[in-house]
Amino acid sequence: MSAKASWTGRVRAATLEKFEPEDLLPDHQPAYVASWIYIFGVATLAAFIMLIASGLYLTLEGPEWWHTSKIGHYVNSVHLWSVELFFVFMVVHLWGKFWMAAWRGRRLATWITGCLAFFASIITGFTGYIIQTNFDSQWIATQAKDGFNAVGIGAFFNTLNTGQAILLHVSLLPLALGAIVIWHVILVRKRGVVPPIDEAGE
Amino acid sequence: MKYNRSSIDPSKKWSGPLREYDLVKEIVIAVVVVGFLALSLAALFSSPDEKALTMQSWATEAPADFVQTAAGELAGTTTSASYGPPYNTNGSGQNIGPVNLGKIAGVRIPIDPAKSFVIEPLSIEPDSVTKSAIATWGAASAKQEIEWASAYADALSKDGKALSIADPTGKFGPVPTLVTSLFSMAKSGALDGALTTSDTNLPTNFTKPLLFLADSGTYFPDKAAAQHLSGDQWGVMNETGSWPGQSWLWLYSLWYQIEPFKSSGNADILVMSLMGVLSLGLIFLPLLPIISRIPYWIPVHRLIWRKWYQRKS
Ligand code: HEM
Repeated sequence: MSAKASWTGRVRAATLEKFEPEDLLPDHQPAYVASWIYIFGVATLAAFIMLIASGLYLTLEGPEWWHTSKIGHYVNSVHLWSVELFFVFMVVHLWGKFWMAAWRGRRLATWITGCLAFFASIITGFTGYIIQTNFDSQWIATQAKDGFNAVGIGAFFNTLNTGQAILLHVSLLPLALGAIVIWHVILVRKRGVVPPIDEAGE
Repeated sequence: MKYNRSSIDPSKKWSGPLREYDLVKEIVIAVVVVGFLALSLAALFSSPDEKALTMQSWATEAPADFVQTAAGELAGTTTSASYGPPYNTNGSGQNIGPVNLGKIAGVRIPIDPAKSFVIEPLSIEPDSVTKSAIATWGAASAKQEIEWASAYADALSKDGKALSIADPTGKFGPVPTLVTSLFSMAKSGALDGALTTSDTNLPTNFTKPLLFLADSGTYFPDKAAAQHLSGDQWGVMNETGSWPGQSWLWLYSLWYQIEPFKSSGNADILVMSLMGVLSLGLIFLPLLPIISRIPYWIPVHRLIWRKWYQRKS
């Protein structure tokens, strides 16, 4: 049996062998990769890292800590402002990729994983808002339940079940979002950065 | 290096000119700069934290609203008492055309407001008056229960301010006792615990108190309106105080502000479905005929790649 026929061989062929080390961690880029717009993908990633870091700090102390501790309130503020930055960067990034028609040349999957990251972020953000254990979370949870109930999701994801929302927000959703982001970035590295729309407008 | 600009194939590996670039350095700098921004914004603007409402704060700050709502739960007239799935079968939920997704999902979070919000929590009260009122209520027919409770709920809301109404002819049955007991329980703080511990004794699930609170006629919605959080004030996307909220929900909130959604009884399902379709539209935007051509017609890319296009000229 050849190496390729073993399960391990196949996984290696489907993953590691698809990449050049130069593509994964490049120290050169095409000359057209010179624009402020490229900052926003990386900035989104950086805001995501800040989100994870401040979020992990909050988990260490528990969901009610920030109501009573000065440090806790500050860490909560860092988490909130990281969310705002994350979304601002992501939306500019999204618009940028739209105007660049960055789905050209077999980059549709990059666009789609980007969209999935956008929607996963919205859901993760939403669960964050309903686990604040304060007035805002009570109001948002009771208002939003009707939307979810109307489409039948409410029977499974109950916005009023704070415990469920906390666990989703700190485990499944960030894991899923992280996986999508990694997939997205790997696709970008694999395909290379999309070249400019050429003179003919194609 | 030679390359032919008019025949760039975006699906081929780039073989044109390169520039120096340092991926790791870029990521490190981005994390440092964005981290600094987040830490500074947090220090400058902090974050909001309005205290949560409780049954106790409700009964204390808006007692008339509390007793009216409690009587409404017994009469079956509140939002949750007539909701439908996933809580009960008292309402039909929302339709899109002939489809009712709520019904398909079924009653998975069973809540019978009269029982869940009033009778069950009261059953831990030790006093004999309450005990006998519960027994009378339980022994009566459903029709009789509704009659008593509706009469009392009407009398309370007609008065508007009263916390209880005298009943010389007995037309309210045990309802005034039940409501008054629940009210004292709420004021003492005991109701907050009782509502969450009726299913499990160490709860993390606040469905019952939150649904009950959401039935409030004035207390909860007034507090929200004061924080500009009502649905017609773009509620879901706002944050208490003047902090930015979930502004990325602007499109979702927008539909609730305009017809035909604004006045539709099926607004939630219509808006959710519309957003579902639009989301699919975004995902598959590159495949859509007209929209995917827009970046070719409006040449923002000339600006984005300005340096590149200048190279030649
Ligand atoms: C969590 C959110 C996201 C993160 C962390 C992220 C990160 C990145 C990074 C680091 C790049 C490479 C650098 C660049 O071109 O800017 C990139 C490229 C790309 N992103 Fe995203 N992105 C996210 C969301 C999105 C969204 C919402 C879309 C669009 C719907 C999108 C579409 C794209 C496309 C098409 C590319 C390839 C661009 C090219 O080849 O030039 N991304 N992303």
